[in-house]
Amino acid sequence: MPLEILQIAVVLVVLTVLAVPTGAYIANIFTGERHLLPERLTYRLLGVDPEEEMNWKRYSVALVLASGAAMFLGYVLLRLQSFLPLNPLGLPPQDPDQAFNSAASFDTTTNWQSYAGEISLSYFNQMAFVTFLQVFAPATGLAAFAALTHGLARSGFDGLGNFWVDLTRIIFRLSLPLAFVLALVFVWQGEPQTLSPSAVAHTLQGGTQEIARGPVASLSSIKHLGNNGGGFFNMNSAHPYENPTPLVDALQKVAMLLFTASVTYAFGTMISRRKQGWVFFVVFMILLVGSVTLVYSAERYGNPLLTQAGAEQALTANQSGGSMEGKEVRFGVAQSSLFTSVTTATQTGSVNNMHDSLTPLGGLGALVNMQLNAVFGGEGVGFISLITYAILAVFIVGLMVGRSPEFLQKKIEAKEVTLVVISLLLYPASILGFAGLAIVWPGALDSLANPGAHGFSEILYAYTSGTENNGSAFAGLSADTPFFNTTIGFAILIGRYLTLVPLLAVAGSLAAKRSIPETAGTFSTATPLYGATLIGVIVIVGGLTYFPAWALGAIVEHLQMLAGKTF
Amino acid sequence: MSAVLFMLITGLAYPLLTTLVANLLFPYQAQGSLIERNGEIVGSELIGQQFTEPSYFHPRPSATLTTDGTKPDPYNAAFSPGSNLGPTNKALISEVRMRAEAYREENGLPSDAKVPVDAVTASGSGLDPDISVANADLQARQVAEERGIQEGEVRRLIEEYTEGRQLGLLGESRVNVLELNLALDEISE
Repeated sequence: MPLEILQIAVVLVVLTVLAVPTGAYIANIFTGERHLLPERLTYRLLGVDPEEEMNWKRYSVALVLASGAAMFLGYVLLRLQSFLPLNPLGLPPQDPDQAFNSAASFDTTTNWQSYAGEISLSYFNQMAFVTFLQVFAPATGLAAFAALTHGLARSGFDGLGNFWVDLTRIIFRLSLPLAFVLALVFVWQGEPQTLSPSAVAHTLQGGTQEIARGPVASLSSIKHLGNNGGGFFNMNSAHPYENPTPLVDALQKVAMLLFTASVTYAFGTMISRRKQGWVFFVVFMILLVGSVTLVYSAERYGNPLLTQAGAEQALTANQSGGSMEGKEVRFGVAQSSLFTSVTTATQTGSVNNMHDSLTPLGGLGALVNMQLNAVFGGEGVGFISLITYAILAVFIVGLMVGRSPEFLQKKIEAKEVTLVVISLLLYPASILGFAGLAIVWPGALDSLANPGAHGFSEILYAYTSGTENNGSAFAGLSADTPFFNTTIGFAILIGRYLTLVPLLAVAGSLAAKRSIPETAGTFSTATPLYGATLIGVIVIVGGLTYFPAWALGAIVEHLQMLAGKTF
Repeated sequence: MSAVLFMLITGLAYPLLTTLVANLLFPYQAQGSLIERNGEIVGSELIGQQFTEPSYFHPRPSATLTTDGTKPDPYNAAFSPGSNLGPTNKALISEVRMRAEAYREENGLPSDAKVPVDAVTASGSGLDPDISVANADLQARQVAEERGIQEGEVRRLIEEYTEGRQLGLLGESRVNVLELNLALDEISE
């Protein structure tokens, strides 16, 4: 067990160390004056003036239109698949409802896949559709982070930066170089990167095995760096070609956390308050460690029903034991639990084990991470979500002590609080609303793979994953039906854009305000006390919102499992 | 339009460049780590294969289906679903019970012996190439008997093909079933 805990800790420590230089680099990207040659060419081609400052309205419009155009292009590429090259298996295009769902999904870094990659997408589309959106979409999220930060840093000036400059710099200076290097490391460890068609093997027992492959590594690296999560293969990072060795597994986890953790340091640098950045980082890390502890303990303890059926789940020198249904031997319980926590915390959504087969409390840990959306969260947008809670927290504190709330020396007034609350309420409205609808919609329950409380969890997980732009699933749910494709598609779009735009408006509003000088009476947000308050607000708000749903699904199932009941 | 420009750069230029460089630097891995014997491909180092005969080590149960999704087809590497059975699902528990009984019979274990959990649960990918060392150890006697070789020899091979934790720390110890069975075939020739 010490070795298991140590290997989990190592990943988190490496991440913390890397967050500092990466954060500094990111801050430099958003504040540097020079434009590189490829960037200047891009601005010329797009007809954009890089010196132009945009206010929150213009910034939002640029972001939404660019994303919309990318989504539309993605949809077209999917529907025209049979006319495009590099399609060795001659795969037909996706149906309109599935193509809508896939396009919306990849355009928002959700990467919810109601399709199975190796039998549905041509190599061309794995590159031109998936890899493209996996670079593009998270860059828009990181750009939104830059806009928000500029808004909080500036005083009496309502410009938030230039969307096109932010987007282009992120792609050329951050995403592509790192993805390229990481992809080569992945190939070295065994991920395929080829345009050759499937290999055919003659097995030792005299059968044939058709082995699917393709340009996997280039997708796999940006899939994690950008908190996208959509796999080349159906089984995502459980597939040996998409995650061949424990080293790759560890690197994928670090990659998932890298940008989204580094922005806390970048934030601190950009607003000249390093301590504030660290407070946010520590809040994130505490919540993550809490969730890892829950998932790992649950999976380590295992499933008593399996022991009754004859399985040995003990941890010994010769086996990792624990609940191994849906898991891979090379990762065992420790690395699988960490992967589950990290992928749901960062709203990435790739999986190295099948979440539908997790123990009830393990699955609950995954679900809670997504619903809180404040355990690092997705690239750029996770930080924005934390700021949402942070503003709510100073508001609550202000109410308790009877002072006007302020955040980073800007007054928080009714307008900001209203926008923050709208943004926060949209998530549960979508998650719980759609889940409720699915339960009563005729025929929807036919899609469930597991009965009883676990089946309820499949539905709740699906809408949580969609709305929070995570993309992982309790994959027993057959989501390729018009009902689920459409409703999950809408949940995805609501969760991304309707929650993001109000926060850009908050940024614009705060940017235009004058800074208030700090006095002895100012409640500093760069202290451990504030950090603890923030954690409290996150956990209480999340708990109050979702506890009934947890009770109906995971908690009931856990109690039933302990009582030896099956369904 | 911006979407088309970025699609060409990130969706085509970047992956194609990566493919070129990857095949220059690491051609074996880039093509899928395929293993050849006597001029033909017998499988991949990374992808599990089905083995049912008593003279071979058996891999983990696999929940993959035929590519049209209709029938079970263990270790189908052209399509990869997992079982997705929840922890309290009757189907899972009865599957595990049946697999445990089969395992005990195949390997001459007493009827109340506990079986390593990886031997009775399906892997996530359905293509897991490895089994735990505990699993391999329990199969050694049966395989040695079938092939008429010393059990000690088989155990020596297991040790040779056991991969430890990477960098001494990451992941778990594991035994690659295909490589082990290939080695067995070689010494039996």
